[in-house]
Amino acid sequence: MRRATIVTGVIGADTHIVGNRILSIALEDAGYRVVALGALTPAADFIRAAVETAADAILVSSLYGQGELDCRGFRDLCIEAGLDEILLYIGGNLVVGKQPWPEVEQRFLDMGFDRAFPPGTRVEAALTQLAADLVLRGSGPAA
Amino acid sequence: MSAGLFIDFGSTYTKLRALDLDSGELLATAQGPSTLARDINIGLDAALAALARSLGALPRFACRLASSSAAGGLRMVTVGLVRELTAEAARQAALGAGARLVASFAYRLTPGDVARVVELDPDIVLVCGGTDGGNTAVLVHNAGMLARSSLACAVVVAGNREVADECGALLRGAAGVSSSGASDGAQRGPARNVVVADNVMPELGVLNIEPARAAIRDLFLAHIVHAKGIDRAAARFDAVLMPTPAAVLEGARLVADGAGSDPGAGALVVVDPGGATTDVHSIGEGAHEPGVIRQGLPEPHAKRTVEGDLGMRHNAVTIAAAAGLDALAEDAGIASSAAQAMLDKIAADVGRLPRTDAERRFDAALARAAIRIALSRHAGSRETVYTVQGPVEVQRGKDLREVTMLIGTGGALVHAADPTGLLRAALSDPLAPQSLRPRAPALALDRDYVLYAVGLLAQVDAVAALRLARARLARL
Repeated sequence: MRRATIVTGVIGADTHIVGNRILSIALEDAGYRVVALGALTPAADFIRAAVETAADAILVSSLYGQGELDCRGFRDLCIEAGLDEILLYIGGNLVVGKQPWPEVEQRFLDMGFDRAFPPGTRVEAALTQLAADLVLRGSGPAA
Repeated sequence: MSAGLFIDFGSTYTKLRALDLDSGELLATAQGPSTLARDINIGLDAALAALARSLGALPRFACRLASSSAAGGLRMVTVGLVRELTAEAARQAALGAGARLVASFAYRLTPGDVARVVELDPDIVLVCGGTDGGNTAVLVHNAGMLARSSLACAVVVAGNREVADECGALLRGAAGVSSSGASDGAQRGPARNVVVADNVMPELGVLNIEPARAAIRDLFLAHIVHAKGIDRAAARFDAVLMPTPAAVLEGARLVADGAGSDPGAGALVVVDPGGATTDVHSIGEGAHEPGVIRQGLPEPHAKRTVEGDLGMRHNAVTIAAAAGLDALAEDAGIASSAAQAMLDKIAADVGRLPRTDAERRFDAALARAAIRIALSRHAGSRETVYTVQGPVEVQRGKDLREVTMLIGTGGALVHAADPTGLLRAALSDPLAPQSLRPRAPALALDRDYVLYAVGLLAQVDAVAALRLARARLARL
């Protein structure tokens, strides 16, 4: 079975690249094909990259509190581009101020993300979840 | 003395240049009508006779090289997956090979799209899609759609390597053998010349157009030259090396990058405001400054763009649409109504040359607009994005601000009263700082129309070609 392809990037006008880079390196080390789009990535660029590379999942990072605005309609964009089934994750500082995580999580799940991860999530936790979700979808394993 | 003969088989004229390869001196020029429809030799013989008259007798030429834009040029259709990614890479590859793009498609071809391709009857179709290891479904779908059509032209496949060979076999048509070994020629349409080249985008954001360009050029040499009847004159020259726009791009590349121990002039831009289109070629990395964030596709070192709506004659009306009629009229110092009347005259007779002073001024305004807009589209742009961390500069496309030379070519510039003034329209404008056009390059004019000859000679003797360019490009 082919290796799963994962698109990563930091969405919107957000330059915080460090966490996303650590995540991308961890994914590569785990054996995934990683397409790292880096900082300041418009939503549409995630979708274009995923179409061209036949990606299995898109992992969106947002660290500056504007994620909710940037990610509006993200799942709809995917459906529009024929990526109905693609796995969508988001993680980082998704909202401004102190808001209860379950509410924030539900908001992003309602927007069509399959998983949302709060600040402070360990990379290992995300990787374990990703591997399990990919298996459920019948996508390729890491290596 | 060692003389070289250079032939440009154009759509209207067959143009000859006899050049001294040692000194770079222009010995003689001549032209004859383009007679490809009947027999290419008629026009070529007329041109050679004219050349012999001005030289006394034809010397023994050390090389006789030709390029061609006859019979509509190298007409190509490109197909890719995502419009901004592999479909754009396919366009870059075709334009870089000197093609005239007659249509470009992205995503899955529909039966209507395929009917359109068949109707356009291109010389070559370039089919791309998917990064290596990425999407295979769309490339297989598109190759299959084309394979089952009545399309008979040559095809280059330069997409996802996982399925490229399979797609090549499909497209080879009746003569091909399917993977199952079954004969299903009826499903496959006619036999075709198919070349499988390396993917134009092996990884996301990595542009690899040279192999596709080379494949296009090989097909041009092996088949298109014959199909267009150019090889009927084969006894009179050594080789038709490439389409004329590719020869100009190769000439520009040599002048910029140099040859042997000569480092060349450095990054440069060539602009050619022609009758039907305005071509821009740039050689150089056009890299971004440190601290600036790059977005979009990487840019080819040698990049060619063709603006189909900016032509001094066939597309003067669309120059006015892009620049604004009032702005053109003001630039020419005439009333808008007079400008409209002149546009109408040009549209009614595209062979029309300016007769009055006002018409000459209007032509100059058209050329300035075509050059300015073509350069703005070719050059990259930079904008400031305000982030929570402060302003960030984002660049798309090539930064051409520091190129060392801007070369003008083509009749509209060569015959202009003030070529310097026209070329200056290409330069950066303080009122549009986001456009990364050249700031202060040396200006040069291809006065004798030899840049294509430089590109042709470069394939045989790069040092002599560089000498020729140095001798013939006039500094303004």
